[in-house]
Amino acid sequence: MYKVKVYVTLRESVLDPQGTAVKGALHSLSYTEVKDVRIGKFMELVIEDTSRDIDKLVREMCEKLLSNPVIEDYRYEIEEAVAR
Amino acid sequence: MKFAVIVFPGSNCDVDMYHAIADELGEEVEYVWHDEENLDRFDAILLPGGFSYGDYLRSGAIARFSKVMAAVKQAAEAGKPVLGVCNGFQILLEAGLLPGAMRRNQGLKFICRPVQLVVENNETMFTSAYGKDEVITIPIAHGEGNYYCDEQTLNRLVENRQIVFRYHGENPNGSLADIAGIVNERGNVLGMMPHPERAVDALLGSADGLKLFRSIVNYWRETHVVTA
Repeated sequence: MYKVKVYVTLRESVLDPQGTAVKGALHSLSYTEVKDVRIGKFMELVIEDTSRDIDKLVREMCEKLLSNPVIEDYRYEIEEAVAR
Repeated sequence: MKFAVIVFPGSNCDVDMYHAIADELGEEVEYVWHDEENLDRFDAILLPGGFSYGDYLRSGAIARFSKVMAAVKQAAEAGKPVLGVCNGFQILLEAGLLPGAMRRNQGLKFICRPVQLVVENNETMFTSAYGKDEVITIPIAHGEGNYYCDEQTLNRLVENRQIVFRYHGENPNGSLADIAGIVNERGNVLGMMPHPERAVDALLGSADGLKLFRSIVNYWRETHVVTA
């Protein structure tokens, strides 16, 4: 079994309205060092052992459904979890 | 002429859409559940607003993979009018039937009120009943209507006159180039955030949306000769 962590964020070129609001709030709390905030999504997938290429599968899932390539970037980490 | 109103789990403007067609326009209309695979019997397809699949993941992201969407794609390829309003627009974007994507509104708030639009292109099958640059009042109701596309796509939209409606006077959601509605290159798929189906009777505050549906019917009558 695999445990896959997927991170989806708005692309650098796309203004993130939530991130901008949170940055403003941090500044008003006097954390003026904060230069940028990007809000994203974190997803955890548990995937059964498969004969298919796990890396390719996850990439396909990210591109087809989990992220929207027009405005979002994704990255993922695959951990091999202990089968039970 | 026969319209289909596609119903997804979480659609909530389907009844308004049905009412606009059946009662205001006086044309045939039928609800179609999202697992239907064939839309051949319809002349035009309407994707209503709402929160399909709870807007989980991204608005429209899950609805685009429902069975009926393959048939919607086929209808679009066949040149039939396909109209997506609000969540319907978001689904068309996710499905790749229209270019671009939606972001959260710039002010992060869900906005529900009438806005003014300018009809940028009145030479489409959806807008022929409007005057050139006519300013109309149509309500919006969305939290994610902040349209985005890259510069290259925007240039193409402008060159091909694919921007059909722009927000007039003020931009409520931060949408790129004040875009409120666009068509595909062929001109038979329209996506728009404002709700024309909620503006079909002066009693409701505006009847400006009715001309959009009339345009579709006019187009259909012009292109379909009724055999005696």
